[in-house]
Amino acid sequence: MSKTFKGRPVVAGTIDNGDAVVSRQGVNTLASFQKSALKKAPKVICSDQNNPDIYNKNLTGKVLCLPQTIGSTTGGMVLYSVCALGIAPCAMLFSQPIDSLAAAGVILADVWTDGTIVAVDSLGDEFLEYVKDEMKVSVAKDGTVTVG
Amino acid sequence: MKYNMKLTPEEEGILNGSAGETQAKVMKSLVLYGDAFNAERFVPVTGKGHLVTSFGISVLKPVFSIMDELIDAGLKVDETFTVDPRPIDYDNVKCNFLERLIFSKVIYGMQAPYEEQLKKLGLKSSKSFTCTCYLDEVGNTPKKGDVLSWAESSAVVYANSVLGARCNRNSGIIELFGSILGKVPEFDLLTDEGRKASWIIEVKTSKKPEAQILGSAIGMKVMEDVPFIKGLDKFIGTELDDKTKAYLKDMGAATASNGAVGLYHVENLTPEAVEQGEALIHEGAKTYTIDDKELERVKNSYPKIGAWESNHDAKPARCFIGCPHLTFAQLGEWAERFEKELEKQGKSKVGMSVILTAAPEVLDRFIKENGQAHGKLTGFGIKLTSICPLMYMNNPLCGKKAVITNSNKLRTYTTARYLTDDEIVSTAVKGGF
Repeated sequence: MSKTFKGRPVVAGTIDNGDAVVSRQGVNTLASFQKSALKKAPKVICSDQNNPDIYNKNLTGKVLCLPQTIGSTTGGMVLYSVCALGIAPCAMLFSQPIDSLAAAGVILADVWTDGTIVAVDSLGDEFLEYVKDEMKVSVAKDGTVTVG
Repeated sequence: MKYNMKLTPEEEGILNGSAGETQAKVMKSLVLYGDAFNAERFVPVTGKGHLVTSFGISVLKPVFSIMDELIDAGLKVDETFTVDPRPIDYDNVKCNFLERLIFSKVIYGMQAPYEEQLKKLGLKSSKSFTCTCYLDEVGNTPKKGDVLSWAESSAVVYANSVLGARCNRNSGIIELFGSILGKVPEFDLLTDEGRKASWIIEVKTSKKPEAQILGSAIGMKVMEDVPFIKGLDKFIGTELDDKTKAYLKDMGAATASNGAVGLYHVENLTPEAVEQGEALIHEGAKTYTIDDKELERVKNSYPKIGAWESNHDAKPARCFIGCPHLTFAQLGEWAERFEKELEKQGKSKVGMSVILTAAPEVLDRFIKENGQAHGKLTGFGIKLTSICPLMYMNNPLCGKKAVITNSNKLRTYTTARYLTDDEIVSTAVKGGF
């Protein structure tokens, strides 16, 4: 059975049946993406040992579900860079209002690259409690997110 | 596309390409950024810029493409700007052949061309590489009320809290765009309402808390919220002298890295707290009490990772002190501290590689005005440098090394292990635990 959540599109776009990867804690962008990007890997395997929810999981092309991002203020540049390199998540779905670092990252990716990281925020705590790894997630342009 | 921010005709024109395609993209990025936080308008930037990206790390190649595009379009920062520390200093932070090869060819292979880009965009000078740009020696000290476009989290929280300037916790690149445009969207910490505290921190410790652990505890609890700290003035006084400012620098960096704090108020001490007192506290603010037990709990919660995971008592390979960079006075204090500990342990030199980091202009002053202390430190076998320990450590090569630090920021972002000031001086002299 699917469930629908309504958020605010920060970078609007559509995703059809993407695969969820879920972090219940704030995602440290630099720690998560840097190692794979440094190795010029074809996909990002999360390298943040402090985040057991997503550590060692593939983030490329996934729908990353999270409360917010945390960590270094290089975070926005890192998101933009992985998008430019074609190894970013296809979407980031935030249960809370988007933080300034993630906002910068998805906006820079939208304006300065040919790619997009679809971003929807303020989906609520219930969204993050409901969504699980590998669930199918669809996103509509108006910020409607359908899980399952 | 429809935007929500109210733009002046001039801003609207730039957005529509009147100043060229690249500046239109800069404007569009900032308008979308403002819209994401319901900003209603732009406000002028009134202080010099400071950039977080100081390192020519190859993974950020797309960032260097943006820099090239800005330069090709003839854009630059009108006022000069400062930038975070460089990542490497082969003279003072030794590397083996393989590390040096990988640093210079792979990880930081873009350093020299990146510094050229920075110069073209308005870098203040080749010495302007530090996270403590606000120190007098460096010359990028904002005034109270200045609106800034900075990103470095430890500098943002210091400028907001200790100097009373106004700056959001921006990302890299966005901060450069704000400096180029000379405007930033007005939201959050740029507004009176956004500067009010939603947490009261009650410090009830039996002695002056270690700045780095207190900041860590506060950051982990309040995350991005604004805390109003009570009871700390009892230990650090009510005057913003050099010693107190250094304490707040280190505490603030920990709040910003262990959480995401961009502004804190300290009762009877920081400018807005002195002026407005408890009027700065939101009705219904939550309370967090910090006592000795809570500080101990927080310290014991730090995971041991990297080389420390398998061997908690591994012999440390290196010790970093100075993240954020040390002040002039702190350098002198560390000279005294090491001198006492060496005497206590009956030694003449430290037992491992010890690196103290400070801004280039602060080191220049230290050598000139306190040559005796500088001579002592170097005589003890301690190296002084202006690199960023975090950027040095934050790569797979150094991540495997057993490194100790008194910085909670360095601990958070790398595999370095945190020790208090007393613990670290004892361990560094002994050469192990």
